[in-house]
Amino acid sequence: MIVLGFTLLLAAITILLSGIALRRGRSTFIKGLEDAQGQFLHLLPRLMIGILGSGFLAHLMPKETVLAWFGPDSGFTGTLLASLAGVLTPGGPVVGYALGAAALKAGADFAQVIAYVTAWSLLTLNRIITWEMPSMPGRLVALRCLVSLPFPFLAAWVTMALRG
Amino acid sequence: MVAGLSFGAAGYVFATEGGSVALRILAEDLWLFAAILPKVALGCLIGALIRLLIARETIERFVGEGSGLLGLGLAALIGMLFPAGPFTIFPLAAVLLTSGADRGAAIAFISAWLLVGINRAIIWEMPFFGPDFVLFRFLISLPLPVLLGLLARAPVLDRIAPRTAKAPPAGNGGEAGS
Repeated sequence: MIVLGFTLLLAAITILLSGIALRRGRSTFIKGLEDAQGQFLHLLPRLMIGILGSGFLAHLMPKETVLAWFGPDSGFTGTLLASLAGVLTPGGPVVGYALGAAALKAGADFAQVIAYVTAWSLLTLNRIITWEMPSMPGRLVALRCLVSLPFPFLAAWVTMALRG
Repeated sequence: MVAGLSFGAAGYVFATEGGSVALRILAEDLWLFAAILPKVALGCLIGALIRLLIARETIERFVGEGSGLLGLGLAALIGMLFPAGPFTIFPLAAVLLTSGADRGAAIAFISAWLLVGINRAIIWEMPFFGPDFVLFRFLISLPLPVLLGLLARAPVLDRIAPRTAKAPPAGNGGEAGS
């Protein structure tokens, strides 16, 4: 149900934006279609490989290890490990989500996966080195990393508090 | 990288547990993949249209004004809605900094894109985690960018980074080595 509703919402937004684009002129709309097609074709193989891979990774992930390290009883150490894993996860946007989803399937605690995704989103070294450091003032990068440090823990804590 | 991991894992499952297990996983994954395709297509369309309809100058102007809590909220909102990859976001944040946005607004902007970027959530996160996880993570992360921006504005941190970047020097000479 949620999935369907969300898809419909997306479709509605798309139609609305298409309408606005059409009012600006046909060429704007066509340009939008072409851009979207380009991005779609760019994403397709990456997503496919990532999704297929996450299924196999989940199957292979050692359940006992995942449960012991990131399971419901892993507590603060689990959050710490999950956050550290998030910082160190290499690769583009697919890897973190693929690994997180695989860990969740293998029995990792919801809150620890939240901590992992939050740490990976905010602080993954790979993105900081590849994209942020080259284009931002170094001191601002340092400041952003510093203030981001508590947030994987905060996210995990809020998750535990809300989900019991 | 992803391809290596995926094919490696698939090959390993096939080698150790035989074709039928591998085929079952493959079928499940293919079904999931087929289910998310329309959403990916819609996400691409929305991103492309927003990028075309909102002028870059407009985005810069509004984040550039951000100084109060409202500025942080606005910066976060734009980061959340801005459909772009890291190759656009970080240079844009740097430009915002030099055109008057303070470090809090810049960090709120980046953090919002990283944590609650709609585009990222729909195209990348949703296919892997499904709507329940994404929605929950999204909702609890919603206040975080503004919180990060506020924290970044703390006067204690003045020693780490200046409140706002200086405008780029007019001349290129004489600055090297300073």
